Amino acid sequence: MKRFLPWIALLALASVPMWLRDPYLLNAFITTGIFIVAAMSLNLLLGYTGQLSLGHVAFFGIGAYTSALVSLGFDVELIGGFRVVHEPWPVWLGFFLAILVSGLCGYIVGKLSFRVRGAYFVIVTISFAEVVRLVALNWVELTQGPLALTSIPPITLGLPGLGYFDFFSKQSNFYLVLGVVALSYVIIGRLVNSRIGRAMVALKENESLAVSVGIDVTRYLVLAAVVSAGIAGAAGSLYAHYLKIIDPDVFLFLYTVTMVIMVITGGKGTLAGPIVGGLIFGFIPVVARSFASPELQWILYGWFMILIVFVLPQGIVPAIEKWFGVGEEARGPGGTEPKMQETH
Amino acid sequence: MTEFFQHMINMLILGSTYALLGIGLTLIFGIMRIVNFAHGELYAFGAYFVYFVAVLLGFNFFLSLLIAILAGCILGALIEVVLLRPMRGADIDTTMLIMIGAMIVMQNTEQYVWGGVAKSVSTPFPETPLVIGAFSVSWLRLFVFFAALALIAAAYFLINRTKLGRAMRATFQDRDTAALMGVNIQAIYMATFSIGSSLAAAAGALLGPVYVVSPQMGNIASLKAFAIVILGGLGSIGGATIGGFILAFAEEMGAGYISSGYRDAMGFLLIIAVLLFKPTGLFARSERIG
Repeated sequence: MKRFLPWIALLALASVPMWLRDPYLLNAFITTGIFIVAAMSLNLLLGYTGQLSLGHVAFFGIGAYTSALVSLGFDVELIGGFRVVHEPWPVWLGFFLAILVSGLCGYIVGKLSFRVRGAYFVIVTISFAEVVRLVALNWVELTQGPLALTSIPPITLGLPGLGYFDFFSKQSNFYLVLGVVALSYVIIGRLVNSRIGRAMVALKENESLAVSVGIDVTRYLVLAAVVSAGIAGAAGSLYAHYLKIIDPDVFLFLYTVTMVIMVITGGKGTLAGPIVGGLIFGFIPVVARSFASPELQWILYGWFMILIVFVLPQGIVPAIEKWFGVGEEARGPGGTEPKMQETH
Repeated sequence: MTEFFQHMINMLILGSTYALLGIGLTLIFGIMRIVNFAHGELYAFGAYFVYFVAVLLGFNFFLSLLIAILAGCILGALIEVVLLRPMRGADIDTTMLIMIGAMIVMQNTEQYVWGGVAKSVSTPFPETPLVIGAFSVSWLRLFVFFAALALIAAAYFLINRTKLGRAMRATFQDRDTAALMGVNIQAIYMATFSIGSSLAAAAGALLGPVYVVSPQMGNIASLKAFAIVILGGLGSIGGATIGGFILAFAEEMGAGYISSGYRDAMGFLLIIAVLLFKPTGLFARSERIG
C-alpha cells in the first residue's frame, strides 16, 4: 500500500485541472507547487544534512532572474567600459541556465560557508541572500531595480515534428509544475537513499564520528548545496515565467521563512514532508483571505510556527507514520519511506 | 576633508546605538546560546513605544525614553518565560525557529496596529544644528550619542561590577558549574534576556526620533546586530562595542564613497569577510565555532 502512495497522490493531483475550473484556486495550486519544489530543495540541506540555510531564497531568486534575463536579453556596461550585450535566447534554455547558475552559486556559497556551522552558518547564508537582494535592487541597468523585469515570456518547448508548445495557460503550467515536483521528488529520493545520502545523514547525526570513518564532510555538504541550489533555481525559473514579472522582493527573507515553515511542518528529513507542509501553507492564505488581512495571516503563521515547534517538532509526516505503526526500524536512512529502499 | 569628518561624526553617533544593539544580542547569544531573531523587533518595539508614549499620550520626551526601555525589559522577560523557558535544553536550531516565529508575529503586529506608513517622533531639541567651524551636528544626535554612551557604561558596570553581572559571567563560562555554586540559572537567563531586550529597545528608542519609525526597521536591525556580534566575537561586550563602531564606519564609508544604495550591504559583506577569514571574530578569545 505504502509503495503506491506517491503514485496515488500523483494521479490525484494530475486530475485537478480536469475538475477544478476556478482560476484563482488553480493559481494557488501552481504557486504552491513552485514553493513545494523550493521547500523540497531546502529539505535536502535542512532535513538530510542538518544545515539550516536561511538564505535559500537567494538561489530561488537567482534562478528567477537568470531565466528571465536569458530569455529577455540585456545590455549592460561593466567596470572599465566593457559592454555585455545578450540577445534573447529560447526560454527552455533559460530554465536550464537558471539551474546551472544557481547550482554554481550553491557551489561557491557552500565552499565558503561550510567552514562554519550552526548559528554562524545561518548568518552567513542570510547575509549572502541580503547582498544578492541589494545587488538586484541597485544594479538597475541589469535588473531594472524596483521597477521589476516585466513581460517575461512563458516557457516554450519545441518538440521535433510537433511544433512549439508554450506553457501559457494555467492548465499547462499546472502540469509543468507537477512534473517538476515529481522529478525533484525522484532526484532527491534517489540521492538520499544512495551512498551519498547515507553519508549526509551520518554527518548530520554525528559529524566527528562521520569524519573519523573517513567521510569527506565538506565534499558531501557542498554536493548537497549544489543539488539543493539547482533545484531551487529551477523553482525560481518556473516562478518567473509563470508570473511574467519579478522584482527584488523575490529575495525577501519571508520567502525563506515560508520554505522553512513548510519543511518543518511537514517533517524535515522526509521526502513527503515538504509536499504535505507546502500544501497546508499554500492553502492557508486561500482560506484565511476571506477573514484576515495579510498582516493577520502572517501573525497566524508566526504563531503556527511556534506551535508546531512546541507540540510537533518532528513534523506531520513522521507523526502520521508513527500513528500507523511504521516504526523507526522500518524507516530508511534519514527517515524516508521504506518503499524507496525496496526499489533498489 | 570636511566631508570625511562629517562622516566620522555620523559614524560615532550611529556606532554608539549599534553598540547598544550589539551588546544586547551578544549577552543573549553568549549566555543563553539563543540566536535571537526577535532582537530587531525589540528595537522596533522601543521606537514605536516612544512614538506611542511621547506623541500619542503626550508625555515628556525624556520620560518616554525611560518608559520605552522599561517596556522592552518587561517584554523581554515575558518572551523568555513564555517562549524560551519551556524549550530549555532544546538545540540551537529549535529555539532559532521559535524566535523567527516570534519575529514574524511581532513585526506583523506592528504593521497591523500602526499601519505601514512610517511615523516620526518630534523632540524638544532645537531645529538649528550645533555648528563648530565647518562641521554641524544636530542637538538631537548629540544627545543620542551621549545617552547611548551612558547606557553602554551602565551595561559595563552591570556586567563587571555587580553580583548579577558576576553570576551572568559565571553562567557564560560554565553553566553547570555556576549552577553548582548556587547560581539560579533560570533567573540569570530571564535577567539576561530582559537586559538584552531593554538595550535593543533603548537603541530603537534613541534612533527612532532621529530617523522614522516603520514596521520594517526591525528586519535590518536584527541582521546588523548579528553583524556586530560576529565582528566583535561571541559573548564579548567590549568586542560588541567596537564592532558597533566598525559597522557604522563601514556603512558611512560605503554610503559616502561607493553608493548609498549599498549602505546596508556593507554589514553583510563584513559578516561574510569576518567569518571567512577570522571566524572567531576580531576580539574574542579562542571560541569553538558551531
